[in-house]
Amino acid sequence: MTAKHDFMKHRKVFFTISLVLVAFILGTALILGVPMDIQFKGGAMAVLGYQGELDLSGVKATVSDVLGSGLTFQQGSDIATGANSLTITMPGAQTVSAEQMEDTLDALQASFADNDFEMLKMNNVPPTIGREFFHKSWVAVGAACLLILAYIAVRFRKIGGLPAGVMAIIALLNDLLIVFGVFVVLRIPLNGNFIAAMLTILGYSINDTVVMYDRIRENESIYGRKLGFEALVNTSINQSLRRSVNTTVTTCMALATVCVIAVLFGLDSIFTFALPLMIGMISGLYTSLFITTSLWVTWENYKAKHHIGKKK
Amino acid sequence: MKRKGKPWHLFVMALLIFVFAATAFFGVSIQSGEETKTYIKGAKDIRFGIDIRGGVDVTFMPSDGYDATDEQMAAAETVIKQRLVNLNITDNEVYVDYNKDRIIVRFPWKEGETDFNPEAAIQEIGTTAHLTFRKGSAPDGELILEGKDVEKAMPAYGPTHDGGPSEYYLSLEFKDSGREAFAAATTELAGKGAISIWMDELNVSVAMVNTAITDGHAIISGNFDQESVITMANQINSGALPFALSADSYSTISPSLGGSSLKAMVIAGVIAFALILVFMTVVYRLPGFLASVALLGQTAATLAFVSGYLPAFNSFTLTLPGIAGIILAIGMGVDANVITAERIREEIASGKTLDGALSSGFARGLAPIIDGNVTIVIVACVLMGAFGPTDGFFAKVFTPIFFAFGPSTAGTIYSFGYTLLVGVLLNFVFGVLCTRIMIRGASRIKGLRKLWLYGGVRNDG
Repeated sequence: MTAKHDFMKHRKVFFTISLVLVAFILGTALILGVPMDIQFKGGAMAVLGYQGELDLSGVKATVSDVLGSGLTFQQGSDIATGANSLTITMPGAQTVSAEQMEDTLDALQASFADNDFEMLKMNNVPPTIGREFFHKSWVAVGAACLLILAYIAVRFRKIGGLPAGVMAIIALLNDLLIVFGVFVVLRIPLNGNFIAAMLTILGYSINDTVVMYDRIRENESIYGRKLGFEALVNTSINQSLRRSVNTTVTTCMALATVCVIAVLFGLDSIFTFALPLMIGMISGLYTSLFITTSLWVTWENYKAKHHIGKKK
Repeated sequence: MKRKGKPWHLFVMALLIFVFAATAFFGVSIQSGEETKTYIKGAKDIRFGIDIRGGVDVTFMPSDGYDATDEQMAAAETVIKQRLVNLNITDNEVYVDYNKDRIIVRFPWKEGETDFNPEAAIQEIGTTAHLTFRKGSAPDGELILEGKDVEKAMPAYGPTHDGGPSEYYLSLEFKDSGREAFAAATTELAGKGAISIWMDELNVSVAMVNTAITDGHAIISGNFDQESVITMANQINSGALPFALSADSYSTISPSLGGSSLKAMVIAGVIAFALILVFMTVVYRLPGFLASVALLGQTAATLAFVSGYLPAFNSFTLTLPGIAGIILAIGMGVDANVITAERIREEIASGKTLDGALSSGFARGLAPIIDGNVTIVIVACVLMGAFGPTDGFFAKVFTPIFFAFGPSTAGTIYSFGYTLLVGVLLNFVFGVLCTRIMIRGASRIKGLRKLWLYGGVRNDG
């Protein structure tokens, strides 16, 4: 049984690439900060649609009269529909009441009737509720990780369940970090989309790993230990290479379609979901081919050298 | 699995999938004159979440950090539901979080809604009702007392007088401030007049006064059933709430933002499916093509679970994360088919006959599919527990993990868990069972027995 590609030989190179990426993402997050949507950090934001030309300084003055100072104004237009929009953000995590918002619209309507202002989108979240949602999301991811770890440890106990589970979780965290990195590097504020993207990648990543483990387990029962763990793993990766690549190509193709359509229709919320997802899947492929099992082999070699846990 | 397929298996299965997909996507409805009767709900009947269709999402809390009791929260919920009905917003979701004293209200825009002021609606829904007891049966009758004079109203069951039959009745208790006014009014009206109870302009009850009630305890009996007596108790209690509700957290999305995203998703879905069909057929030939057919069935079935196609399952609000769940599940479906097709290809390459290759390919492909999907099921269950309604099955199972958090702070993620769970389970039906039946069926057809069609090298069939 000769393997076509040797995935193990250059594993240090692959580890380095991953570490550099991780360092880059964490560095960016530390230096530039993590942009948070008000869904998580709390605060208020309103998107108003309007017609015609905007007297921005006049509008600013009118809105500030009602909502107070320190507001951020941002003009935008939808490429697809040509509609104009004005985004008003409250300073910090300050919130506004529904009544204040109604007053704002009334004031704008009174002074700038020609612009025909209408409320497109309004978000108002007190910091406590936002933080709670964020924390709960992390607890959910954590709980899912633990249960998966337990499942893998039991299902793959024949080929050393616990280290297998730990490596799967490391691979998973790496993929999740890449998704996080897409948001941080592209300065997309973390919101519900972020959680949904993380959860999806969590699923894919684990599936990739598990399919690979399954092959290793199967080969183990065919070839036994005579092949050596490293060769066993390498053979298994080679055998499932086509599956890994083709599955990723298929799903990425579908997601790329979604990305293109989202850009054409000017659907920011869908684009900022599909793009991180696509990159996360490519990362998932890379991780499952070059990192997860290589890391496991490195661990097994280390164990053999230092005679740790010789039970088998 | 030594089962041998029959050629008709392929055609019947494919036909079933196409019929099912067609009905699930387009629905079955007959238009007679003005009315359209829907027999089977199609994709157009899917209820989309407010993140797609636009709508309002509000979290109400008692103002000024008032620590409300469970009964008071239930009463507040009744007010809110009543208000929604008054505003003609029937398609709504109301959740109460008793731990954190929050009421979460979501409602989408109605179709064709153009002139709707969400800010005004939020205010109107949140105001506490003004409860009044009046003489006579008209809303302008002389005021006897108000909500703040009521201690509490309780639903009860039992005989209302000695030796009488058991029935549902309402037990009312007044505060000192209301006792005298009520005593005076009942003394005046005993045996000849009525007292009516009003919530804003809404009549809650009109009751004949039988005797003077001076001790501050009254009962209202009549044609109550369990539900109506509880509703009435909640209505009265809500008027007696010692706190106002404030809309601390709210978001509104205009329907004009929602509409185009739906159209875009449909276009993206069709193109993506076409691409997958071409790719799978080119790479995996016959099994790849049949897998795409099964995939069509899986997509249709997921939509069927969301739209309420099957009467046993209620329709489900589909949000953007819900669509993400469908994408993930379909991706898993593709993966299951890719795994199976790869295994068949390997078995053929190792020199097996077609039937032998199919049998061992199917058998060996099963374990990774099961392992992969079980891990996804774990994820889906955790999410449904974390972000679903508190009284749901998964929420109860995972209470030890999420006890510190309020329920349903993000119903949209629940949607992700639901579509994912449904999609993955359907994966076993379509991605595993249906594909295999069709491939076996195809393998019994003479013209389709060439190994090349299953991933072998050309010209050796």
